[in-house]
Amino acid sequence: MRSLSIKLPGLSLKNPIMPASGCFGFGKEYSQLFDLNILGSIMVKATTPEPRFGNPTPRVAETPGGMLNAIGLQNPGLDKVVSEELPWLEKFDVPIIANVAGSTEEDYVRVAERISKAPNVHALELNISCPNVKTGGIAFGTDPEMAKDLTKKVKAVSDVPVYVKLSPNVTDIVKIAKAVEAGGADGLTMINTLVGMRIDLHSAQPILSNRTGGLSGSAIKPVALRMIYEVSQQVDIPIIGMGGIQSAEDVIEFFYAGASAVAVGTQNFVDPFVCPTIIEELPALLEKLGYDHISDCIGRSWKKHEQPAYHRA
Amino acid sequence: MKKELCQVVSNQSIADSIYELTLSGSMVEEMNEPGQFVHIKVSGGLDPMLRRPISIASIHKEKSEFTIIYRKQGRGTSLLAEKKQGELVDILGPLGNGFPVEEASVGDTAILVGGGIGVPPLYELAKQLVKKGIKVITILGFQNESAVFYESKFAEFGETYIATVDGSYGTKGFVTDVLSTKNIRGDILYSCGPTPMLRAIEVSSYAPKVYLSLEERMGCGIGACFACVCHVKDDPDGHAYKKVCSDGPVFRAGEVAI
Repeated sequence: MRSLSIKLPGLSLKNPIMPASGCFGFGKEYSQLFDLNILGSIMVKATTPEPRFGNPTPRVAETPGGMLNAIGLQNPGLDKVVSEELPWLEKFDVPIIANVAGSTEEDYVRVAERISKAPNVHALELNISCPNVKTGGIAFGTDPEMAKDLTKKVKAVSDVPVYVKLSPNVTDIVKIAKAVEAGGADGLTMINTLVGMRIDLHSAQPILSNRTGGLSGSAIKPVALRMIYEVSQQVDIPIIGMGGIQSAEDVIEFFYAGASAVAVGTQNFVDPFVCPTIIEELPALLEKLGYDHISDCIGRSWKKHEQPAYHRA
Repeated sequence: MKKELCQVVSNQSIADSIYELTLSGSMVEEMNEPGQFVHIKVSGGLDPMLRRPISIASIHKEKSEFTIIYRKQGRGTSLLAEKKQGELVDILGPLGNGFPVEEASVGDTAILVGGGIGVPPLYELAKQLVKKGIKVITILGFQNESAVFYESKFAEFGETYIATVDGSYGTKGFVTDVLSTKNIRGDILYSCGPTPMLRAIEVSSYAPKVYLSLEERMGCGIGACFACVCHVKDDPDGHAYKKVCSDGPVFRAGEVAI
């Protein structure tokens, strides 16, 4: 599996495959199905300072090739995540990426400062792109200056590198990416979900109680690829790509676009074994395509030169 | 819990839009509790993308088979209705916590109350209760005569009453009308069906112990996605919660807010 190892700020990954935040809880459920040690990393569920219940149900709706969710950042709160959820994950040899969320700047700073000290948290994912909460979330991710300021403040208190999760619900994602890079972000994760809606045929009302929800699944893959392609050419920090990944082929496509690692989200719900399956299939696919190492694929859709050394483990 | 390609043994219509599907697979070894469900990928493609949770109606250990009963309603269940004998179906299961048979003691009377597509999981429950020496009384509610199914199968296990909303079969009205007019009382009551029916059962006093099986839109089916969360009864506006898929779908009455 040497062909899959990747080094990113704060992260020494045995392979570049990880479940995306919000799609894997804190790992307990999936640990009943497979050995979590095989994963490159785990992006755990968003954590806010206080416990949150989230939105009323229905919280999910479907569309061909995708799903809409409006969970609303339900989580047990910072205390419990630090005292119970993260320690439980210590038994696995897997670096954790902690997803940090909140309603105010102070919320983000408070969560980041404490969660970054957890021994198995090797990086933070700053969630400035959740479309399903009334305050915070996406508000920080659609305004470049706010995004930059928040990144700076979180960087100042974090003990580990900070990746910023970008929202696709913007006119110019490159502008936001550059702003958070200028704010000191060590990396980017992209994309979060696209805001969408489904309406019930009989009630004539939106299916989701939150009315709108975040669209994920293979339907959004082309949007994610286009955005990663654009952003990776304009920033000097690595990108963890996500958005509709279902297969080893999809992973390679994201690397070609400019990602240096990838996260699998919605497909975990369809096939709980999707991560182990992709990890198993990637080496043969790389060989078939003629690459010695997966890092050879990074940005191949737009760059011709050799890969920077830091990508090689 | 495992993911397996199960083989279709039979798939047939048994009432208006109601289908009975029997599948074979090694996951049957793990099926013990009545009221658990399986999560079915009905399409190999992307529409629908998510799995469909359907409760287990009966377990046939000796043949490594199990039966589910579903209503052909949307795209997912319409595709499921087209599955032919011998076809393989991608199934995750068994999932969730079912009806506690151990809460009923030998000599007790158990009341089973089902509404519409909530009837199926009560069948395996009736089978297991009777096997244990518990008296079973069943009350089933349907929209009309053409929607009625499994009456004779439940009748093999004990007194069985049917209510239809339009009065075209059995007692006109709801299951609660049967319970009240026949003055049915028991030691324990198990129920599955529409939420208004479960609410009516919850505030009634047909039995001292009551267990309800809930339904909710699900994502993963294993407790990771937080799609099917409900409040707990003691803290209806707080942040305490239960997940219907992995804490339920069966809850003691009064445990969660319905």
